Amino acid sequence: MSSVIAATASVQRSAQRRWLPVAVIWLALVTVPVWFPLLGGYNALAGSVLVFGLAAMGLNLLLGFTGVLSFGHAAYFGLGAYGAGLMLKYVAASTPLAMLAGTLFGGLAGTLFGLVIVRRRGVYFAMCTIAFGQIFYYIAYKWNDFTGGFDGLRGFHREPIGIGALTLDITDEQPFLFLSEGFRFYYFTLAMFTIAVVLMGLLVRSPFGRTLRAIRENERRARFLGIPVERHIWLSFSVSCFFTALAGTLYALLNNFADPLALHYTQSGYFVIMAVLGGMRSFWGPLLGAAVFWVLKDFLSSALPEEWMAFLGVIFVLAVLFFPRGMLGMLKRRSAE
Amino acid sequence: MSMLDVQKVTKNFGSLVAVQEVSLRVEPGELRAVIGPNGAGKTTFFNMISGFFPPSSGHIVFDGADVTALPAHKRVTIGMARTFQITEIFPDLSVHENVLSAVEVAAGRRLRLWNTKSDAARDEQTVAETLTMVGLSAKANRLVGELAHGDQRATEIAMALALRPRLLLLDEPTAGMGDQETYEITNLIRRLHRENQYTIVLIEHDMRVVFHLADRISVLDQGRLLAEGTPAEIAANEAVQAAYLGKAA
Repeated sequence: MSSVIAATASVQRSAQRRWLPVAVIWLALVTVPVWFPLLGGYNALAGSVLVFGLAAMGLNLLLGFTGVLSFGHAAYFGLGAYGAGLMLKYVAASTPLAMLAGTLFGGLAGTLFGLVIVRRRGVYFAMCTIAFGQIFYYIAYKWNDFTGGFDGLRGFHREPIGIGALTLDITDEQPFLFLSEGFRFYYFTLAMFTIAVVLMGLLVRSPFGRTLRAIRENERRARFLGIPVERHIWLSFSVSCFFTALAGTLYALLNNFADPLALHYTQSGYFVIMAVLGGMRSFWGPLLGAAVFWVLKDFLSSALPEEWMAFLGVIFVLAVLFFPRGMLGMLKRRSAE
Repeated sequence: MSMLDVQKVTKNFGSLVAVQEVSLRVEPGELRAVIGPNGAGKTTFFNMISGFFPPSSGHIVFDGADVTALPAHKRVTIGMARTFQITEIFPDLSVHENVLSAVEVAAGRRLRLWNTKSDAARDEQTVAETLTMVGLSAKANRLVGELAHGDQRATEIAMALALRPRLLLLDEPTAGMGDQETYEITNLIRRLHRENQYTIVLIEHDMRVVFHLADRISVLDQGRLLAEGTPAEIAANEAVQAAYLGKAA
């Protein structure tokens, strides 16, 4: 009986420990337009952190929670961005339709491609994902008339969203009271991010999520528990691509622009760096990684337009050497001890 | 009807014949040990029974159904569960999560995106019962990777039990263990057999374990079935002594 009480108490304590950092993260995110400009930031930068954080968290469902490395997630991010941009430019001036089109475009491409490669493992899997991603990069790069080629896709912009009689204006750049300019689209991005992250959280805690971690930990054991491993990796890949594609649509809306570099494998590498830097075994790690990555990039690239990547590289190497579980992984270990 | 009926299975790896026309019948409630010197084909034989790979020829019938061509993950769902010679666990998850994964899969909820309250409560109950059965209740929240070898093996057995198998396949359950751990695992297996009436097939190296536990013993040598019988019969069998026990003595 006493052991039951002790166990309950420890569950409550660990629930508290989980709850507090999450509350801090959400509070910080909701108040960004107030405090971020005071530190020299701006809302579009915070929006970028959310967008790339969402993409990296999507990738991390595969990388951190299933144990499968994709070096081609820029493909689905970029397809999301181009899908949204092309929809706005050529078909219908509607933000929700653009987001739907981009998300489906990137997500379904990933789902189909995943079907082909789930039997590959490790380096072979990663190489296949790079190769597939580069196909789309070259299409976007070469098809000048349709995609804008190297200069990127321009000539579209995000549209106000009508909900019944209400109109949600996400295009306006004016500040309002204590909220700095660009806060409207930031909050829109945050709302989309929130929906996606809640879905991801449910997925990670579900029985399905547990089978993914089982596969990550030991594929052979997972198979002998009765889990069809290939099918589950495929599902994980597909879901991961849908989230990354959704982030891609937000990227296009944020910048009113989609560029071929969003499809390039260097971008895929950035996603992996963000996830590893922040901590790929933790749910929020990739968001923290994205925040560090983007804020540093923004800060360094204005002073050192060519060399910023070298600095980021050094920081990445140091982080991997000294915090092999990423920054959040390190913090968690500290607090556990 | 036999629980497991292996009919003349053969396995070739290229020109190497690892197992040649070996047959075996295991009755419900029986504890069968498969022994043999190194390279006798025990693990190959075991991998065919559990579905790791199919036999080159021969048939495997489980509880009246031909499972020869059935892949591993489907054999699990009809009631065969196995453990491995090298402990196969989820090291970075807790003992509780290791067993819970197995419970959820066994309940057919591996694709679920949420658990109802009653499902979750039932799972917790099953996990608790299983952990009590293998004596790991006190270590439920520890990461399995941090446990001693004997406890890791017990976790692995708990995962197999959580699948509610009708046949439990144990591949060298005491491999690499000290005397104390061997003793504990042997006791656990005996309890599962005597008190919980599990039907068990195990491969084992350690003769003390085998002669302590088994109802019947099958002896493999150079890929063939050399002898089969009760521990007393096997101990008295001259061919076995020559091939195996004689060398050890």
